Amino acid sequence: MNSGISVTKIRSFGAIYVAEARISAMLKWKSVIAIVAIGNPLFYLIAIGIGVGVLVNENSGTSGTGGVEYITFIAPALLASAAITAALDEAMFPVMEGFKWRKLFYAMNSTPITGPQIALGVFIAALARVAFTVICYWAVLIAFGVMSVEQSWDVIPVTIFAAGAFAAIIIGITAKVKNDDYFMTVLNRLIIMPMFLFSGTFFPLDSMPIYLQPIGWISPLWHSTELGRYFSYGYPLSATMLTVHFAFLLALLIGGFALANKTFTIRLTK
Amino acid sequence: MSEPLISARGLTKRYGDFTAVDAIDFDVAKGESFGLLGPNGAGKSTTMRIIAATSQRTSGTITILGRDPEEHGPQIRAHLGVVPQQDNLDTELTVTENLFIYGRYFGLSKKFIRTKIEELLEFAQLEEKRDVKVDALSGGMKRRLTIARALVSEPDILMLDEPTTGLDPQARHILWDRLFRLKELGVTLVITTHFMDEAEQLCDRLVVMDKGKIMAEGSPLELIKAYSTKEVLEVRFGSDRNKEIAPTLRAMCSRIEELPDRILMYVEDGEALLEEILNKKLHPTTSLVRRSSLEDVFLRLTGRTLIE
Amino acid sequence: MSNAVAIADARANRTGHQIYAGRSRAIIERSLIALRSSTWVPIATGFVEPVLYLLAFGYGMGELIGNVTLGDKTIDYTVFIAPGLLATSAMNGAIYDSTWNVFFKLNESKLYQGMLATPLGPLDVALGEIIWALFRGLSYAIAFLAIAAPLGLVPSFSAVLAIPAAVFIAFGFASFGMAITSYFKTYQQMGMINIVVLPLFLFSGSLYPISVYPDWLEFLIQLMPSWHGIELVRNVWFGDLDSGTLLHISYFVVMIICGLYLTTRRLRDLFMR
Ligand SMILES: Nc1ncnc2c1ncn2[C@@H]1O[C@H](COP(=O)(O)OP(=O)(O)OP(=O)(O)O)[C@@H](O)[C@H]1O
Ligand SMILES: [Mg+2]
Repeated sequence: MNSGISVTKIRSFGAIYVAEARISAMLKWKSVIAIVAIGNPLFYLIAIGIGVGVLVNENSGTSGTGGVEYITFIAPALLASAAITAALDEAMFPVMEGFKWRKLFYAMNSTPITGPQIALGVFIAALARVAFTVICYWAVLIAFGVMSVEQSWDVIPVTIFAAGAFAAIIIGITAKVKNDDYFMTVLNRLIIMPMFLFSGTFFPLDSMPIYLQPIGWISPLWHSTELGRYFSYGYPLSATMLTVHFAFLLALLIGGFALANKTFTIRLTK
Repeated sequence: MSEPLISARGLTKRYGDFTAVDAIDFDVAKGESFGLLGPNGAGKSTTMRIIAATSQRTSGTITILGRDPEEHGPQIRAHLGVVPQQDNLDTELTVTENLFIYGRYFGLSKKFIRTKIEELLEFAQLEEKRDVKVDALSGGMKRRLTIARALVSEPDILMLDEPTTGLDPQARHILWDRLFRLKELGVTLVITTHFMDEAEQLCDRLVVMDKGKIMAEGSPLELIKAYSTKEVLEVRFGSDRNKEIAPTLRAMCSRIEELPDRILMYVEDGEALLEEILNKKLHPTTSLVRRSSLEDVFLRLTGRTLIE
Repeated sequence: MSNAVAIADARANRTGHQIYAGRSRAIIERSLIALRSSTWVPIATGFVEPVLYLLAFGYGMGELIGNVTLGDKTIDYTVFIAPGLLATSAMNGAIYDSTWNVFFKLNESKLYQGMLATPLGPLDVALGEIIWALFRGLSYAIAFLAIAAPLGLVPSFSAVLAIPAAVFIAFGFASFGMAITSYFKTYQQMGMINIVVLPLFLFSGSLYPISVYPDWLEFLIQLMPSWHGIELVRNVWFGDLDSGTLLHISYFVVMIICGLYLTTRRLRDLFMR
């Protein structure tokens, strides 16, 4: 039959088609996404960076933040956390929607597009949103004079990479969720929120009691933040720790994909 | 005739610039079973919601039990049992909890509801699912529960928006039977449906709606008499030849309808016409003579078939 | 004549009978049943957010910040933020319950459609949902105080008043929320709510005294309800009851009255589209 449908083409570009569909769905949200991408850094910088920064400066100067202004200290952390939040949005909701709410993935899967391709497509789209968020955030940071272009441009790819690793693992985990009644609430309150607060975002991780520090060690946000600090203002990081941070995120990325590929295939063929 | 139970004049509903219901008039008498028929988007559900006092009209008048729904919404709704087109069960609750709390919304006593629940579970054949969360029910089971729920308050008027979509044949017949019995008890039924057999079985009188307007009104029999012939001959020539042969056929009877897969010919005597066609050596691949139905009325009035 | 009809007819001549059947109890009864069979997980985990903020900012930031001067007092940073966090969580909870929660039950689960097909009116549903949300806010406030007190963060007995104050603040925000939701038709529009809520939290003086800002910004912040809410709770927390406290209370009284008025007017547009 000659209908212009090329199975081989779908086979090789399936993920791209899925990503396209995801991105056009995202575009319905373009004004919200844009306002969040610009408003978020503005609000946080003015409120926490300046507001809380004054208090920190009055009390302990720059001694608690390794010799840099408080705003310089938290900027990479806020950037990393915005990227990870964007990744969460674009990984969790689409997968929930695809398997459960609107069952879109089953429709896609009834074409030659495979489960792993769908997962990859969702990942690519999430990465696009992350990249947009990171670039906007970074531009605001530059405009505020918190970072300098020459010294900090490499923060962009590093932060995107870290948020991508997070997206991968969230895609994998969400695909496993059958009953979504409380999944998102519980994930948000018991995992995401503690991660945001206890990952050395607002204060150095080692200023917390040692028994709380493991929260940071397993948190992608902490690894991303440490790298961000290293690349944005020359925060001292040993070669070993540099490797550890990258390795952790890479492991997350690979593990996330392995899980996603397996779960997508099983769930779509069942 | 005593005063109608429901009476609408110039009833209109607009969403922005779009007119969903366009100045319609109708009356429903007490104890009557009244049907709304029409293609997708005709405005049936919108009309149902206005009658049920859950949607505000844009203009025109409507009274239910002699009252205006804008003024007496709660009082009117106390008399109604509503089955919406889309199930809106409480997904955080179980089957019995759904029935129970719905009764409570009506202010019924716990004791009364508990007895009622047993009866309704039996009617909906959901005894085994009584403590199951609604999410875990099949589509048809949810539908049956929605219908059962509408009966918890023993309503005087039952509003059914496509009640049997998603029901298996057995469940449909059980529902029809139940509706007949309710009607015998004096309950007024307002029904929309896409199933012609259902409309013919259940409705004393119906209106055909299209694009927000009422196209015709009457009993099923009256409508068939007024808008169709006694019999219909359906012929198929294969999708390529249908078009080619249609002009020839058109000359042979008062009216034909070309559907994508077949041609309908409206006549008083179908067999005689078929004979004539065969004599002309037109050789349809299949042919069928049948009595006119509401389907034909519908096609005539709206230019559309009901079940695509 | 059935019971339902009798109940509804009995109210037929009272004011507001078009939208109110006097039975919001039934909505609360529904929430209680739902709590038992499904919603207890999200409700039980709901109080962790302010506690996590308290631990993170109090103990983590406390080290960097040390003490804060508030009026003529110097207080520990953790003690400073505790009342602010209580007020903020009351505010956030109320906003969420009256906007997203309502929008979801209206458009996605169609729960309200079912309720409104009964003699219940939109005001019954609105009141029932708001009262339930306030109950929830009340229990969160009690839980927060129960955690803060043993940690030594509660300097004054009058801090008990923070419990009713939190409920009061929640009422203020909830009374407006539904009216706002009634103007929104799409999820995208709802997304804007989150963008408004963030500065409401960040710029309200919960994490630092707003005196760090220039006067004009300080003045703008003092117009926002979140600032009044936080100051109110802070006043009772530290036992600093004065004319300022009265001002904050009046602010919320006006807010509640305006919110309820607007919400009541918009209810039919919200629920009976
Ligand atoms: N809330 C709404 N906002 C905007 N337009 C609406 C709304 N509800 C219905 N409509 C429009 O009004 C028209 C009539 O809708 P209605 O649901 O009454 O049709 P119907 O006859 O019940 O169709 P169906 O057979 O598909 O159920 C449709 O064109 C629909 O798009
Ligand atoms: Mg309909």
